[in-house]
Amino acid sequence: MSATAPPRQGTRLPAGPPQVLLSAIGLEKRYPLRRSSFGWRGRRRGSVAALAGVDLEVRRGECLAVVGESGGGKTTLARCLLRLVEPTAGRVSFDGEDILALPPGDLRRRRRRFQMIYQDPYDSLDPRQRIGAALVEPLLLHRLAGRAAGAWRRRQAARRRAVELLATVGLPASAAERFPHQLSGGQRQRVGIARALAVEPELLVADEPVSALDVSVRSQILNLLAELQQRMGLTLVLIAHDLAAVEQMADRVAVFYLGRIVELAPCAELFAHPLHPYTASLLASVPVLGSPGPAAAAGIRRRFRAPKPLAGEPPSPAAPPSGCPFHPRCPVAQARCAVERPELLPAGPETATPAVGSAGVIRAEGGGALPDTRLVACFFPGSLRGAPVQAPPAGVPRSEGRAAP
Amino acid sequence: MNPTLPTAPPAAAGGAPTVASGTSPDVAGASRDGAGGFPILAGGTPSDYVAAARPLLAIEGLEVTFPQGREGRQRVAAVCGASLTIGRGECVGLVGESGSGKSLLALAVLRLVPPPGRVGGRVLLDGREPGGQADLLALPEAAMRQVRGARIGIVFQEPMTALNPFYSIGFQIAEAAAAHRPLGRRAAREEAVRLLERVAIPDARRRLADYPHQLSGGQRQRVLLAMALAGGPELLLADEPTTALDVTLQAQVLELLDELRHDLGLSVLLITHDLAVVAETCDRVAVMYAGQVVEEAAVEDLFRAPAHPYTRALLATLPRLGRPAERGRLPVLPGQPAEPAARPAGCPFHPRCPEAMPICAVEEPPETEPLPAAEAPAAAVATGAATAVRPRRVRCWLHPAVPR
Repeated sequence: MSATAPPRQGTRLPAGPPQVLLSAIGLEKRYPLRRSSFGWRGRRRGSVAALAGVDLEVRRGECLAVVGESGGGKTTLARCLLRLVEPTAGRVSFDGEDILALPPGDLRRRRRRFQMIYQDPYDSLDPRQRIGAALVEPLLLHRLAGRAAGAWRRRQAARRRAVELLATVGLPASAAERFPHQLSGGQRQRVGIARALAVEPELLVADEPVSALDVSVRSQILNLLAELQQRMGLTLVLIAHDLAAVEQMADRVAVFYLGRIVELAPCAELFAHPLHPYTASLLASVPVLGSPGPAAAAGIRRRFRAPKPLAGEPPSPAAPPSGCPFHPRCPVAQARCAVERPELLPAGPETATPAVGSAGVIRAEGGGALPDTRLVACFFPGSLRGAPVQAPPAGVPRSEGRAAP
Repeated sequence: MNPTLPTAPPAAAGGAPTVASGTSPDVAGASRDGAGGFPILAGGTPSDYVAAARPLLAIEGLEVTFPQGREGRQRVAAVCGASLTIGRGECVGLVGESGSGKSLLALAVLRLVPPPGRVGGRVLLDGREPGGQADLLALPEAAMRQVRGARIGIVFQEPMTALNPFYSIGFQIAEAAAAHRPLGRRAAREEAVRLLERVAIPDARRRLADYPHQLSGGQRQRVLLAMALAGGPELLLADEPTTALDVTLQAQVLELLDELRHDLGLSVLLITHDLAVVAETCDRVAVMYAGQVVEEAAVEDLFRAPAHPYTRALLATLPRLGRPAERGRLPVLPGQPAEPAARPAGCPFHPRCPEAMPICAVEEPPETEPLPAAEAPAAAVATGAATAVRPRRVRCWLHPAVPR
């Protein structure tokens, strides 16, 4: 299974110690709460922490996935990382530079290096702007349309580049003349990706890039992202709740709960052996597709496998529980969990998986080995042994590979 | 109880189900005696057995068309010739891409398709009395109102838009409950509490006064379920009930649905685009493409050996947990779903089909009769899983039962 699978190809990491492209330290975002439902009136009454102190490093060339339930702060994190919203506290440095301290003009110029793909391809494109114009705009804004004198010539050059970009994401040149409503969801998401790629960024933050798309189109977009990442050496931060997609794409996974990272681990290890009870429960909630085994034939539904689906709903960030934020829903919580909040710490060797090997030297290909410690915020890591997520051995016999073009 | 309940004539004794006239009493206003009572338990005549073997709902050749063009002369079919049956106590999954007509099919069953749309075909609902069967599409509106909610409930996709933001959830549930039964204010309120408890909303009595915006997405979905159950339906149409929810909440809602199904003897039509959800909750699956049901089979059969190329392609393209492919090499289904306005000639799937033959572009494959388990793959026969007759229908020229 995933833990013993041969190392995947596709990610070229530079030799030597991993290079950090983006790092966040103590990132915090609070929104004020007011008594009146009319936002501008009423007195302030405390605040909601959408992000409650996040430390995160994104390495050059990797794909880091951020997963968790909605309301956990994933989107806020994406926006804070790119300074699309102003964090309340903490630091974000991109390639060694503190982007929170940049004056607006510099920030705008720097934005060329980090771009975002938005969740909803229906909302993120201007309905009155042709696709071509949407792609030309960032090129002109960042003066990437050549040095030709005259606005008209620059515009012509930008148009040619726009057609190239459309080809990059697998759209015909005729799409440039279309309006967003004339395209399907998958095509619109391709436009969103093309637009982000127009300025040749180093970092791409994709906020749920496939969750608004049809199942048959999802794998197309995921393949496209993986291919672009490989070809252009992009660094990708993938915000997602589709765990199967994350397993496909990610090198490392950060699990979010109530504004905090509760577990951070290399992808294969996390899926093979979740340490935090929340991660284990999350994995257990995913419906598993595969030819049902004899158990299903006997009328036993697979969903009643252990652990049971997570009870309750995520608590409101306005009134976070004491101690470990997960303890009210945690099946293995103990007295200590309600009092004290566990920090995100390296998991000890006693929790290392035998299947994965000693202390997590994961991927040796592409140069140096990455010393990858797993981080987990739990007093009793690994105590909730989720049923390991297994696909049936044979799968669907006649379907494999048939649909591939 | 209805004192003078006229017994419907055992019209179905001959086997061929006849359509009862529009004013069939068992549809129009019979009271409900006992939850999910099977007619087979009540009487004992042979006609009862026929009635019991009949599916609760049979959709035959359903069409939903919308006018197109300047004067609306041409009509575009969003659903064209879809057939489907739902047995008593059965959970049938309806899967397909968006635009394949899944939601319209559910709306058409309840005759809720918005005005310019027109519905054709037959939707046969089995009566509570033996022999009673009514074509919902032919019922007068007044009788239809006795079907909506009371016999067939529906849970809409988007929990925020399906609830009225101006009324408390207690009011909305009580209203649904009182619509089909003579309940006083207090009784309706008590009924709302009972229903909220039924869908496992904690502290139900106190939540009655809450407004939809005060609830989380998962709770809103539960409230919608409670409203759908208020009329005591036999069949629940659930249109993407978990699509807006997180995986954890999705698992909870699906579990609740399973529980309700077993406790109340409900039949469920679960509309979803998530095949994994179907694999875990349903007994049978129908796969829709371009307004047609292209394959219908028992869950085990469909996932073990999908027969239609579209089903195979759908299954192959899904990223699966625990089985990562090489990165960037997920199998893909090329092309776009067929649009109703530009429907390809012949089989609507043929432009995307990896196994298309010349005939596929010319002639539409016919609807096969349900095939018995003879078609079941050898592996299933060997394990003894296919001993029961599990009919399967496939709309494809490749299928051996389709005469070429």
